[in-house]
Amino acid sequence: MRVPLSWLKEFVDVPVSPEELAERLTMAGIAVDAVVPFGQGVKGVVVARLTEVRPHPNADRLRICVADTGTALYEVVTGAPNVFPGAVVPLGLEGARLANGMVIKRARFRGVDSCGMVCSEAELGLEERSAGIMILPPETPLGEDVATLLGFPDFVLELDLTPNRGDCLCVAGIAREVAALYGLPLKFPPVLPAGRETLSDLVEVEIAAPELCGRYAARVFKEVKIGPSPLWMQVRLRMAGMRPINNMVDITNYVMLELGQPLHAFDYETLRGRKIVVRRADAGERLVSLDEVLRELGPEDLVIADAERAVAIAGVMGGLDTEVTPATATVLLESANFNPQSIRRTARALGLRSEASLRFEKGVDIEGAVRAADRAAYLVKKTGIGQAVPGVADCYPGRPERRTVVVQPARVEAVLGTPVPRDEAVEWLGRLGFSVQKDGENWIVSVPTFRPDVSIEEDIVEEVARFYGYERIPATLLYGETTPGQRPATAAFLDQVSQFLTGLGFSEVITYSFINPASFDRLHLPEDDPHRRAVRLKNPISEDQSVLRTLLLPGLLDVLVRNLSRRVDNVAVYEVGKVFLPRDGGELPEEYLKLGLAVSGRKPRHWKGPAVEMDFFFLKGIVEALLRRLRVNEPAFLPLKDHPALHPGRAARIVTEGEELGVIGELHPEVQEAYGLPARAVVGEFSVEALLAARRPASYRDLPRFPGVLRDVAFIIPEEVPAAAVAEAIKTAGGKLLRELKLFDVYKGVQVPEGTRSLAFSLLFQAEDRTLTDEEVGTALEAIVRQLAEEYGAVLRGSLEEPRADVMP
Amino acid sequence: MLRELEEIWRRAQAAIAAARNLEEIEAARVRFLGRKGELTQALRRVASLPAAERPLAGQRANEVKEKVERALAERTGVLRGEALTRRLEAEAVDVTLPGRPVMLGYRHPLSQVREEIENIFLGLGFSIAEGPEVELDYYNFEALNLPKGHPARDMQDTFFISEEILLRTHTSPVQVRTLERLAPQLPVKVIAPGKVYRRDDDATHSPMFHQVEGLAVDTNIRFSDLKGVLLVFAREMFGPKTKLRLRPSYFPFTEPSAEVDISCVICGGEGCRICKQTGWLEILGAGMVHPRVLAVSGYDPEKCRGFAFGMGIERIALLKYGVNDLRLFFDNDLRFLSQF
Repeated sequence: MRVPLSWLKEFVDVPVSPEELAERLTMAGIAVDAVVPFGQGVKGVVVARLTEVRPHPNADRLRICVADTGTALYEVVTGAPNVFPGAVVPLGLEGARLANGMVIKRARFRGVDSCGMVCSEAELGLEERSAGIMILPPETPLGEDVATLLGFPDFVLELDLTPNRGDCLCVAGIAREVAALYGLPLKFPPVLPAGRETLSDLVEVEIAAPELCGRYAARVFKEVKIGPSPLWMQVRLRMAGMRPINNMVDITNYVMLELGQPLHAFDYETLRGRKIVVRRADAGERLVSLDEVLRELGPEDLVIADAERAVAIAGVMGGLDTEVTPATATVLLESANFNPQSIRRTARALGLRSEASLRFEKGVDIEGAVRAADRAAYLVKKTGIGQAVPGVADCYPGRPERRTVVVQPARVEAVLGTPVPRDEAVEWLGRLGFSVQKDGENWIVSVPTFRPDVSIEEDIVEEVARFYGYERIPATLLYGETTPGQRPATAAFLDQVSQFLTGLGFSEVITYSFINPASFDRLHLPEDDPHRRAVRLKNPISEDQSVLRTLLLPGLLDVLVRNLSRRVDNVAVYEVGKVFLPRDGGELPEEYLKLGLAVSGRKPRHWKGPAVEMDFFFLKGIVEALLRRLRVNEPAFLPLKDHPALHPGRAARIVTEGEELGVIGELHPEVQEAYGLPARAVVGEFSVEALLAARRPASYRDLPRFPGVLRDVAFIIPEEVPAAAVAEAIKTAGGKLLRELKLFDVYKGVQVPEGTRSLAFSLLFQAEDRTLTDEEVGTALEAIVRQLAEEYGAVLRGSLEEPRADVMP
Repeated sequence: MLRELEEIWRRAQAAIAAARNLEEIEAARVRFLGRKGELTQALRRVASLPAAERPLAGQRANEVKEKVERALAERTGVLRGEALTRRLEAEAVDVTLPGRPVMLGYRHPLSQVREEIENIFLGLGFSIAEGPEVELDYYNFEALNLPKGHPARDMQDTFFISEEILLRTHTSPVQVRTLERLAPQLPVKVIAPGKVYRRDDDATHSPMFHQVEGLAVDTNIRFSDLKGVLLVFAREMFGPKTKLRLRPSYFPFTEPSAEVDISCVICGGEGCRICKQTGWLEILGAGMVHPRVLAVSGYDPEKCRGFAFGMGIERIALLKYGVNDLRLFFDNDLRFLSQF
């Protein structure tokens, strides 16, 4: 909403500077985004009539005009296409200044001198961009200063209104706030009252859908001459952001901007049967709207019809057939009130938001309908467009009850946390149009019809508070029962995981929850893969963000691609986020928190050694460390050969106590290619819920008091036997004395037979109650060798030798 | 004998002085003080001297022994020192060479800011609540006093899944869910951080972003408490000199409502480009919980009141770190992330 300050001043004597006014309004809840100076710079531009327009001898697109200012003639060159002999125009003479600060100088255009410049609306600051120069009304006195004529300098307040304050979508509404804030009288502009006649011989109004139209008032203007509206009105409309059309339409817009009541002018002669019917459209009923688009309507839409057909989409846009044209001689003016939800629905459905629908959606004061029509009548008479026929056809089935709200002043103060001067508050409410009656301690507040947003005590609390000033309310702290600040277990857990992973070099990423369904193809998921069953948005911004993710992988891979393509060559990232799995029957989808990991590239190079590739075992090491930190009980990494996105020979499921925690694996080479990844990548995805459930608390166990014995042993074993199986067999055979086992070497090559490999373990034997003898250790080792030989045909490499070292407790 | 002892002392002095390293000094020790060393033998011979000569010779011999030992110790000390110096010199490295690189991981700036916000409110006795990101129209709008057809729904352009299911446009539905869960328990003090979604995408809007919702309900909550709690928050977050400004505003689920500004973090309120010369930066919306919201959630608005607020984490992070493009937060460029 844009409010010209000069217009506002017709309603109330603004006692402060525009900036101070803006600040005060903002602090009272009417946010002023900007105070825009208007025509501040324009100087030395005068009114002139073009007495002659002739082509430029050397340029097709230029013309030479002779301009008469009443006292002198000037020859000027212009490129404007809309000049014509007799046109009255703004003429900037040498030294004149335009809105953008430009100073006009004498100039020579292709050999012809120009001693000034005819100006456009844009050059005068009236609009953003103009197609031609500004044509002034023919009766404008020559030689007058244009800036004065236009009412410059002026200011426009640009308001950012909240949707509840439909009453402020007009100059009068803002003026009411200003008058209330400063305790000043509010002056209403003159009207031409309709009187008591009903216009029944001219028009009959019927409201067939009273639930959608509470009031319909019509006035008639006759002997109308359609033409341009007066300059002052054009300027005001432009400053408020609307384009002048013609004098009749401009009056409807002017009154709307002034009083907030949208009006519509029909060419009375085009209405059939002297009838206005406000009704729901028939299914499939058609109407060509003012913008020359054929609209198809239905029973949800409200129309204005004559005896035969729809002539306007109520509150949204008029029809082309009944529009005011230069030939119009009689006008029927509509000033009506429509149901906000209905207008909103229709405007949405048609994709048509007009200044009128905007106001109806927010609620227009039903009591103001006739006054607005009377104001238009006054302007019709004042500007000499035509005659206002006395009388109004006012159909008013929806007259509202005046709403009252009971307010306890003590409660107002309790809610705000500060005492408020009660008499002042009552006076303030009165200035805003409320009337307050005292009933013992309580106030009975009667709400004006233009404030549909006020219906409960809290609304009055806000009215009082914004008058009192939010800035005067003290800052206090909560009192009462103390409460512990608690975090959900998951949040604390995820913090621990985050700290751990960042400590190990992983950076956290946050990717969008929506992905491109084509990601599923890139991941090579088969048609029936459950991950393809994703929640789809009805109105995505683009296909790229059209389904909710069912796994974190696509987002993580995008991050890898983006970073690697920007030459970040070692990427190790993690994400904690939700995935969404659809459920049937209109239920919300299931949301699962996942932890995703992705690495690609090498660890940073160093002059002391080679750069280590972040391969499967790098990520496995990270995961093992994480699981150790969480004290997950004996997690097992089981070969995972059938994950469609992962390398079948380099992927594992991680399982503990029968529960799957997640998977890790190298990306399948085809997926790597589909994503255009320049290097191998290793990824993992874990269920946060499962990790949280697998976490174990710390538990103490006595430190060993007797020395242990370390032995290194290596076995030659068929290579298809997984290392984990060998380790398991050693543990079983080693019994209680085997305290620790570490695999420290894997060898494949000439020193062992083909099809086998050597796995070397370091074993720690230790007892809790005694120092072990060589015999005891020897027996245990022999048992291990025997077991492995039986189970896997393993052969001991080398011999069982001396203890490598004694391990002291 | 005495002369012999003098001779030995002279030779020992020469040998010790001539020793250039610890091996040679050890050789010198063996030569004079070893089992068959010169001085050792001389000492043995003292016993076989006539009784009259013995005391003097014995005394001298011991003196010489002490002197030799002292000289050996001194020389050893010097040689040790020299050897250590040589070793240290030999072992010197170019300390300006880079250390073994350790990969550093970075917490996402939005997570850091979220955690900071959480910690401030945890300290004020607020607990953390959660809710689903895919929501029912009921919780996202209707229960928050935004029935279908309400013009304020336009303020939040919504992603829909179906007629009744949508991506939550704010964290406010957690207010309703929390109240429903806890009713009629009092006091209620929670914050709800999380992702929210709106159909907007440009330099200042992201279709996914993060909010933190705050809610306090008790028998005696005042608007002034809202102001106080937010002042504590703003000062913890942006520094102790931060000023707070509340302006009347409108949200369907609060009444009275306020937009909350802080004094500009860049210019301190003087006016600059960031605050558009106003000296103030809008950081959140707040207000007293609308009685209808309390009522639909199972609380009697006659018996309790509350305040609520909602802030954008991105907005706070932009201001805190001076980031100028919201989209950087979701681009996940490690060169960006590693700055925080």
